[in-house]
Amino acid sequence: MPLIDLANPRRFQQLARILIPMFALAAAILIGVGLVMGFRAPADYQQGEMVRVMYIHVPFAWLSLGAYTMMAIAALGTLVWRHPLADVAGKAAAQIGMAFCFLCLITGSLWGRPTWGTYWDWDPRLTSVLVLFLLYLGVLALWRAIEDPNRAGRAAAILALVGFVNVPIVKFSVDWWTSIHQPTSVMRLDGPTIHPSMLTPLLISAAGFLALFLTLHLAAMRNELLRRRVRTLRILAAAKAKA
Amino acid sequence: MITTFRAVTARDLKLALRVGGGAGVGVIFFLAIVTIIPFAVGPDLPLLARIGTAVLWIGALLASLLGLDRIFASDQDDGSLDLLLLSHAPLELIAVAKAVAHWIATGLPLVIIAPVLGLMLGVEPRALAAVSLTLLVGTPAVTFIGLIASALSVALPRGGLLSAVLILPLAIPLLIFGVAATNAAVVGEIPFGTPFRLLCAITLFFLVLGPVAAAAALRHVRE
Repeated sequence: MPLIDLANPRRFQQLARILIPMFALAAAILIGVGLVMGFRAPADYQQGEMVRVMYIHVPFAWLSLGAYTMMAIAALGTLVWRHPLADVAGKAAAQIGMAFCFLCLITGSLWGRPTWGTYWDWDPRLTSVLVLFLLYLGVLALWRAIEDPNRAGRAAAILALVGFVNVPIVKFSVDWWTSIHQPTSVMRLDGPTIHPSMLTPLLISAAGFLALFLTLHLAAMRNELLRRRVRTLRILAAAKAKA
Repeated sequence: MITTFRAVTARDLKLALRVGGGAGVGVIFFLAIVTIIPFAVGPDLPLLARIGTAVLWIGALLASLLGLDRIFASDQDDGSLDLLLLSHAPLELIAVAKAVAHWIATGLPLVIIAPVLGLMLGVEPRALAAVSLTLLVGTPAVTFIGLIASALSVALPRGGLLSAVLILPLAIPLLIFGVAATNAAVVGEIPFGTPFRLLCAITLFFLVLGPVAAAAALRHVRE
């Protein structure tokens, strides 16, 4: 189906009604399998059992970058192609991305305490993820500050595109600067440096969290559309009451 | 085009420097920040000298945030923004002209006063020279990031606090490399040129991105 067909909110609602349960089911199965496999996977020779935080921390980290990228693409959709659902998608991605980014910081900090000996370090990777979190908060603050959803969407889109400079910085921070965070170990040109016994559960869990993200994203988009409809109906009712 | 640029810059400078413009407030705020630091950490000159360059950078950054949201908001209030939007000159050029005027009125005084305030903190001469140079390169970038936030907050009833929240995360790289270059000049573990060139690169990046994004914001957000 071409993307423009989704511009009709009713068609989007129909599609969402089919897709949300499918993604939710996929998320439940994949996260379940991934985490069980994660618990059965061998413990790390240095970190011991603590390595199991990886199976939730890494998916949150990937998805907080992915959600920002999605928000930036939606921003292009708002400003360039003027797709009517693009700003709805952008807002939903901002909300969930913010939550995932927060969970990434929290799980990372809980992982860091026993392994690095500190909850927080002003290290390039950690700092750039914190900046990513601040950018999410800025975009959401802008959404909340402007009453008209269309104008708010365009303003947030511009801010999202400007803030996109941070995404490659987060991605490559461990390669450009010395960091206590480990360098890229999965998406490498010369193949992953993690042993398959840990990589498989990680990838399954990541796929599960991706499905969870898509479920929440579609649901958030649906709610936002309903919220806007309520707003329009209220304005109409108020106008009628006055007349 | 040059005429428009000069006219807009001259007008904004005049407005900033005359009564009600508030060009000097940033310098007073900067002085106030530097004054309260010794009360917070204690009047210990060796410690102040060590953190002095960072204090100067943070003070200048916070002081240049003041009034950034007014770049477009005051024009919006008196209606002159509509005239600027209707003019033949490209909106990006007008945005550059307004940012240049704003920097001359508020950023440049901060750069000039910084060495004097540094003396109060006991910062050594080499570091003073380095901090002035890095501020001279870094503060324009803060103004140009602020240009984006200012254009976005034109749509808001009260933009002031929000624009500061939007600007600060983007200004972090400037702070990192500005302070790194200053420390490099004093301690000398890495050559001064390395972080300084990165600072120059970031500034050049925002000199381009700022006006383009601000003009896009003005076109899209105002209806």
